[in-house]
This record gives sequence, structure tokens and C-alpha cells, in this order.
Amino acid sequence: MVLIKRIFAALITCCASLSLFAGWGDVNMTPGVNALSREIFDLHMTIFWICVVIGALVLGFMVYLIVAFRKKEGDKPAQFDDHPVLEMTWTVLFAVILAVMAIPATFTMIRAYDDAEGDINILITGHQWKWQYEYLEDEVSFFSNLSTDLDQRNNIAPKSDNYLLEVDEPLVIPTNKRIRFLITANDVIHSWWVPDFAVKQDAIPGFINTAWTQVDEEGIFRGQCTELCGQYHGYMPVVVKAVSPQDYELWVNEKKEAKIQQALLTEKLWSTEELYEIGEGVYQTNCVACHQVNGEGLPPVFPALAGSDLVLNDKAKQIEILMEGVQGAAMQSYAEQLSEVDIAAVITYTRKAWGNDASGDGEIVIPKEILDYKNNKL
Amino acid sequence: MKAATKTNLKLVSLVLGMFCFGFALVPIYDVFCEITGLNGKVSGPTITEYDDNFNSREIKILFVTKNNENMAWNFTSEKRTLDAETGTAYTVDYTFENPTDYPMVAQAIPSVSPGKGAQYFHKTECFCFEEQLLQPGEKLTMPVRFIIDPDLPDDVPVLTLGYTLFDISESHIKLQASN
Amino acid sequence: MSAVIDSHSDDHHHGPAKGITRWLYTTNHKDIGTLYLWFSFLMLFLGGAMAMVIRAELFEPGSQIVSPEFYNQMLTNHGLIMVFGAVMPAFVGLANWIIPMQIGAPDMALPRMNNLSFWILPVAFGILISTFFMEGGGPNFGWTFYAPLSTAYAPPTVTFFIFAVHIMGASSIMGSINIITTILNMRAPGMTFMKMPLFTWTWLITAYLLIAVMPVLAGAVTMMLMDIHFGTSFFNAAGGGDPVLFQHIFWFFGHPEVYIMILPAFGIVSHIIETFSRKPIFGYTSMVYAIASIAILSFIVWAHHMFTVGMPIAGELFFMYTTMLIAIPTGVKVFNWLSTMFKGSISFETPMLFSIAFVALFTIGGLSGLMLAIAPADFQYHDTYFVVAHFHYVLVPGAIFGIIAGVYYWLPKWTGNMYDEVLGKTHFWMSFISVNITFFPMHFVGLAGMPRRIPDYALQFADFNMVISIGAFIFGLTQLLFLFIILKSIFAGKQATSEVWEGAKGLEWTVASPAPYHTFETPPEVK
Repeated sequence: MVLIKRIFAALITCCASLSLFAGWGDVNMTPGVNALSREIFDLHMTIFWICVVIGALVLGFMVYLIVAFRKKEGDKPAQFDDHPVLEMTWTVLFAVILAVMAIPATFTMIRAYDDAEGDINILITGHQWKWQYEYLEDEVSFFSNLSTDLDQRNNIAPKSDNYLLEVDEPLVIPTNKRIRFLITANDVIHSWWVPDFAVKQDAIPGFINTAWTQVDEEGIFRGQCTELCGQYHGYMPVVVKAVSPQDYELWVNEKKEAKIQQALLTEKLWSTEELYEIGEGVYQTNCVACHQVNGEGLPPVFPALAGSDLVLNDKAKQIEILMEGVQGAAMQSYAEQLSEVDIAAVITYTRKAWGNDASGDGEIVIPKEILDYKNNKL
Repeated sequence: MKAATKTNLKLVSLVLGMFCFGFALVPIYDVFCEITGLNGKVSGPTITEYDDNFNSREIKILFVTKNNENMAWNFTSEKRTLDAETGTAYTVDYTFENPTDYPMVAQAIPSVSPGKGAQYFHKTECFCFEEQLLQPGEKLTMPVRFIIDPDLPDDVPVLTLGYTLFDISESHIKLQASN
Repeated sequence: MSAVIDSHSDDHHHGPAKGITRWLYTTNHKDIGTLYLWFSFLMLFLGGAMAMVIRAELFEPGSQIVSPEFYNQMLTNHGLIMVFGAVMPAFVGLANWIIPMQIGAPDMALPRMNNLSFWILPVAFGILISTFFMEGGGPNFGWTFYAPLSTAYAPPTVTFFIFAVHIMGASSIMGSINIITTILNMRAPGMTFMKMPLFTWTWLITAYLLIAVMPVLAGAVTMMLMDIHFGTSFFNAAGGGDPVLFQHIFWFFGHPEVYIMILPAFGIVSHIIETFSRKPIFGYTSMVYAIASIAILSFIVWAHHMFTVGMPIAGELFFMYTTMLIAIPTGVKVFNWLSTMFKGSISFETPMLFSIAFVALFTIGGLSGLMLAIAPADFQYHDTYFVVAHFHYVLVPGAIFGIIAGVYYWLPKWTGNMYDEVLGKTHFWMSFISVNITFFPMHFVGLAGMPRRIPDYALQFADFNMVISIGAFIFGLTQLLFLFIILKSIFAGKQATSEVWEGAKGLEWTVASPAPYHTFETPPEVK
């Protein structure tokens, strides 16, 4: 049995990693990559060892009691039932140990609460179920979605190394700059966590929380949402890429350039196939959670798109829904999250896929129509 | 069983008292937030004039605007940052636009961070004090007028004023219907 | 003393009625205790089955047997059912059975309300479970039901959930009023407060905690109800409310609730260690004061569940310090138990084994709790499996081992037969080993960064999760053995004496085994 082999292997690995301290990172907190995270790690280890010593003493004493005072023939148990001096002594002892723990904890706490100005301010917004990043100084803004595909999640394709911890577009920050995060949410409470930065801050709709970090080394750092936020709570990872300040400048310029390119793309003449292909990708990332891969949805909460009269025959209404969302339903507006090309493509995809092509009017939507919709509104 | 009845009465009143206490936590919490700046709740229009002998200092203010879920309005502030001095009154304009083809009611919810700075952020005039009703296509500019208290602690060099715009058309309609 | 029933019986003094009506209309504290205990056992298996679904889903990375949505329903109802359906009713059941016998009272003070407070419980859980068959499915927002996930974004069945919580709360409040009135007014002559058995003491304090916080929970769900249906904005930022307020109110209830689930276990374990060490409990007075101070402190520590919501630093520090303070009375209790064993003559029957395991593993859970109290470190621990490990250590080998120990301890008194000691010890060792296989590795995956309440996880957590699942399956199956042992002792087994355990002290051991339907109709004299 493969399964039994795997279970056995898992047990062995666990024992091995524990006894040899081989995979320390798999069983302990990460020291992280900045001063604060290292300080919190040290604090954690200090408290941890104090607790281990106390635990070992208590459990060791228990074993001694169990062995030494087990019932023997004809023994006479003592009958004392208190010892005020001893009781006072250990009460005071506990208080002293706690004070010893509280002092470093207080200083670390004060350092974690630092309201100094940031070199870069990033507004992080939690959405069901993705993160939005807005660079306040540079007017760069994008959404970061889970990029692990459904085949991996459904055990059809082999799982990649960063299974569930990879996104289509990571947050990019420069090293050695003070980054201030302003954290809020769009719908329910989320929580933004990057273990390597020791930043975990709840994202609460209507309120802005702050956190900060300053990373000394380049690298990719991964975390997850840590507040239950609905059914895909486990599928909204955080990925942060720290690059040198020069590379960061390049990246920002690229983002700005891409924005202009996007505008041009909108004007281009598109073929059905091109749109269908892009649309399929957009659909996989943004829509399958509710409407499902087969377009059947999960009625009654998430309506089916396959065979839906609206999708088959009412192009205008479909555009409106994507642009404005649906009042009082889970369907949100994608006008800001997706480009005109993506919106046009995904609508085209839904009108062509699952046999909708044959049963409906089969019309496609081009990016220009989305742009026109936007312009008409203004 | 006289004693038992007495005990029961006491316990029942304790239950009722604690039920009320649960609700009393709501205003208590508000007062607590006002005092400590918890959650960035902003104190309303309070002080407008200061004595001449305060020390003003420079601070930076960031303005953030957010739309809550399904809020279709365009909502922007005239500027994103402001280098301000404490004790001086400033006005910042915000623009609202309803691009939909139906009238909508919105409520802006302010939040100041860091929380300990919130109590020093005094707004004398704000669109957030009331709900906004916009007709289809209507555009509106409204100001926020504020003074930063000179008592703002020195370790707060930057304040962020965030507004989240909520669509409350539905509850508004409900309320009107019930009135 | 024995089962002599008073001869001057009037119509309150007949034996049990026959058939189903005995259970439906009963006002007898022993019958109601039995009902509570069986109900909680049923709920333990129901909540346990949900835990098995959760562990099966988490057996390997990737989607296994349920959808993420159903997974959320499972974890929510696992929590709700274990807290409100298994642990709390089990303690109330033990209280009903044992407290009147410990204090020499003929019955509970308010027998009819006692009947009502039990029978509304199955109604509450019937409502809760029926939501699974309704449109939108059962509650899926975690047992802490944070707004707005549980209000504006909740499935339509949330109204039934609120109703169910109201009924559970009413049941607990009625049960508590009954227990307090009984203890305050019906003690045998001569039983002063400082002579009261510790289980009675812990329940007296627990009942006060319940009365203080269950109405607050009722208030919280009422506010939710009003937000959902009547357009108020308690927790809705758009109307001037605040989602964080919900968390404050919830944890104002929630933290004392945590102690409600552990204090009676302290009492049970104290009796058992005392009996099987054949020595009086060490530091009775400090035990009582420790329990009282834990209860009082529990009201000023609630926000340690919320270190990451963005509180001002003064708040973080205040709640960190108060939380750390709780370690003092808890440590006192552990040391008192150890000192009771010191120089005793210890035998290791099943209740004692479970009690020793309770002290050892509760210590581990307590120490991880102390680590969680350190606010800056909690930024890394918060909402990870480290927290899951912590609270399962205090609830499973804590509260549930305490209950199991109590059941083994008093079972011969209830059924009149000794349980099968060999099976009992098997039950203990299987439970002890599997509970550690289940919950100990959770510390590691938590520290390594696995968030809680996720239906799927990254590959580096795979090995430990498989181990955890295997441990959980063994633990779950082992509890079927417990059911078998109980059934066996009801129908067969060595006849138990009145005293049952050599050196057992307390009035409950002076009546016959099985305990007659009516006991202490003439109050005993306590010297």
C-alpha cells in the first residue's frame, strides 16, 4: 500500500526532524528577515526555554512522585494538608518568573509600535479572497490572486513547490527602506500575515490599521490570510518580493508603462480566439471560486452561467453586472480589479464556453465596448 | 424555602443586569474609543481656537479613499498628502460622483491611524457627518476642514486620514419605507 | 448508611416512573444528571465525527473529501457542539448527580426548572443541526462568529443559529441558578463553606461565571439579529458601528467561558488525586482562593484574543500583564496537586490515570497559554495551529479528560457495578498516546506558519498533518471503547460497595451503590 508507506515515511521524517533538529524551520518560528522579527524570535525562544524548564521540572517531579510513592504493602500515607510557608514561597516564585518574562516582552512591544514616517506607504485591502495593493506615492495599484491552479488543488496535476503560497502578482518592496502598511478590508475581516516580517495585522472594513517593516535582504517571502473570511479563506496567500531599490524603481516604471500599454491594447482589433484564451485564464483566477469550472455555479447562492439566459442573450446586462456588481449578492464590481481587456475576454469566454456558443446569440465582447461603457458613465 | 426564593431573585436580577450590561458595552466602548483613539475613531467638531502660546510643528498627513464592496461611486480626494502644521486649520476637497443610472445614498466612514493620533485630529466640518444622496451622474465636491491638535505626541510624525465609502441606499430605502 | 427510603413517603417520594415519561417528566436530580451526561456523550460523538471529517480533509494537501464551504461548516459546528453540547452539559450532568449528594441535599433546589433546562437543550441542538439541511447550509463563520462574516455575509440560516444560541444560553443560565440556589441553601447542617467539597466549590464559582457572561452572549447575538433583520448598525461600519466591538463583546463572554469549561474539571481532579493518594488534598484553602481569583481575573483578560486587531499599545500591555497573572493561581493549583501526591500511597486505577494525565497535559497547555500571553510573540502565534494546539491541550486532555476521570470515578456509584478495569486502562493508554500524537505536532506546524481554519495547506506542513490525522482517528475510535465500558458497567460487573474506593471521602460515598433514587431526605450531620 502506497498510503501506508507514506504514513510510515511521514512518521519517520517527523521523528528524524525532531531528534536531529534537521528541519528546525519546519518545527519552529522563523527568525525572519528584519530587526523586529529577529527580536520577536529571540523573545519567543527565551519564553519557550523558560516554559520548557518549568515543564520539565513539573513533569519530572510528577514521574518521581508516581514512582516513589506508589502504593506498597502496609505503607502509611502522610496526612499533612498544608504548608503555608511553602505555598507563599511558590506563589512569590511564580510572580518573579512572570516579571522576568514581562520585562523583555514590554520592550519588544514598544519597538513594534513605531509610528515613524515610512519611505513608502502601501495601502493593503483584503477582499474575498484576494489582496489589493496600492502604492500611495506612485499611484500603482493591482490585485494579487492565488495562482495555484485547480488541477493541483484537485490532485490531478502534481503540486508545485509553493503550492497555495504563490500569486499571480506579488507585492514588490525595496530593501532597506522603511515600508508602512496601511491595512483595511473591503468586505469581511481578513488578516495580513508575513511570518518573515513578524507583521500580522487584521484588515477590518471601514478602519485602517498600520504596520511597518524594513527588510535587509532580497528575497521572496510568503504568508497567508489568518482570519477566517469565508469559504476561500485558505486560498488567499500573501507573497512579498523584496528587491534592491534600483530594481524597485525599474519595477515601478514598468508598472506605469504597462498601464499605458493596457490602454493601447484596448484599442486593438481582437479575434474571438484571442479573447477566449485570455478569458479562460481570467475566469480560472477570478470566477471559478463561485461559478465553478463547469459554469454550473453553486445555486442558489452562486448562479450558473452555463445555459443562463442572461449570459446567452443579454450582452449589455452582462457587461453591467461585471462593471457594477450585483446589489446584495456576492457578485462584486470588477471594474477596478480587471483591465478592459480582461473583462471583455472573460465575458466572451462565458458566452462561448460550456456549449453557450451554440444555444445563445454567440456575440463576443471587445475591450472597446467596456471602455465605452466606462466613458458613457462619466 | 424563603432563603432560596431570595437567592433566586438576586440571581435573576443579576442575569437581567448582565444582559443590559452587554448592551451598555456599546456606548461604553464608544467612550473608551474616544478617549484612547482605539480603532481610529475621530472625535467630532470640538476645539476650533487655540491659545497663541502653543508650539506648532510640522507633520505629514496622508489621505486615503476607499470604496467598500459594490460601491460604484468615484470617490477621490484633491490631494494624497499634505505637509501641515499643528494648530492650523486646513481644508481638503473630496469629489463624489455617482456614475450609475439610479440615485444612491452613501455614508463615508472616517478612520485615523495611528490610533493614538486620532484624538488629536479635530474635524470642524466634514461630509462624513451626514449621508450623501446623489442623483444619476451627479458630481459633488465637499470639503473636510480640520485642525491637528498641537498636543499631538512627538512620536507621531505622520497621520493617515482614511475614508471608506459605504453604499447605504438599501437601508435608507428601508428606513424611509418604515417611517 | 444505606438505601433506606423514608417510610413517610408522600407523592414526591415514589420511585422512578416507567417508560419514556420517566425521562420526559422527571424532576429527580439523578435522572436529569443521567440525561445531561448521555446527551453530552451523544454530542461528543457528533462533534467528534465532525473533527474526523476535518482531519480526513487535512490528511494530505489538496482537496480530499469535502468542499471548502462544507469544511467551514464542519469546523464551526465542531467548535459549537463541543463547547456548548459536549463539555458544558457534561459538567452540568455531573453537577446534577453529584452536588446534592456531596452537600447532603435531597435534590436540586428547583427540580421543575431543572427538567426544563435540560429538555430545551436537545431543541437548541436540533435547530442548530437542522440548518445543515436548509438552503445555504449550516453556520460557517467559526464558533467565534466574528461580524461581519456572521452578519452581512452569513448564510440565511444564521437566524436559526442565533435562536439556538439563545436557547443554549437560557439552559445554562437556568442550570446555574439552580446550582447556586442549591449550594447556598441546601447544604447539610454543619457543612460550612470552607468544608464544602472542591467539586461543589468549583461549580459554585463556575455557575456565577455563567450567570455573569451568558447574558452578555445573549446580548451579542441579539445585536447580530437586529443588525441582520432590523437595520441597526451595532457591528456595521457603514451605520457608525464597529466590527471590532463584536469581538470585544464576544470575548468578554468568551474568556470566562473558557474557564467555565475547565474549573469543574479542577474540582473533579482534586477529589480523585486525594482519594487515590490516600491523603487529604493539599492546600484546600489556597485551592478555593485560586479558583476564585482565576474566575475574577477572567473578566479582565479578554482582549488577549485580539492582539492583532490594532489596539493601542497600552491596551496590549494591560491585557498581556493581566493574562500572565492568571499563571499564578493556575500554578498554585498544579503544585497543590503534586503536593497531595507527595508522601501519599498512590494507586493507579483508571480515574487516577486520567487525572495524572490531566495535570501533566494541562500543564503543557498552560505553558503554551503563557507563551500566547506574550503580546509581541503573539503576533506570530495568533490564529495559527499553535493556538489550536494550545486550546485543544486545555480542552481535550484538560476538560474532557477531567470529565472522563469523573465518569470513571463515580460510575460505580451510578450503576452499582465496577467498570472493567483492564478495558478502562486500555482506554486510558490509547487516549493518552493518541491525544498527544494528535495535538503535539500542531505546535510545530503552527510555529512553522500554518494558519488555522484552512481546508488545504502548503506542502511543508504535509508530514505533520498526516501524523495529526492518524492520531485523531485513533483518538476518535478509542472513545467507542469508552461507550462500551460504560454500557458494560450498567449491565454487568463486580458489585460496588458504598465506599467504592478505599479511602474515598465525602457524603456521596456514604450512600449505597447504586445510589438510591432518593438520598439524604433527612439531612446528614456534618462534623
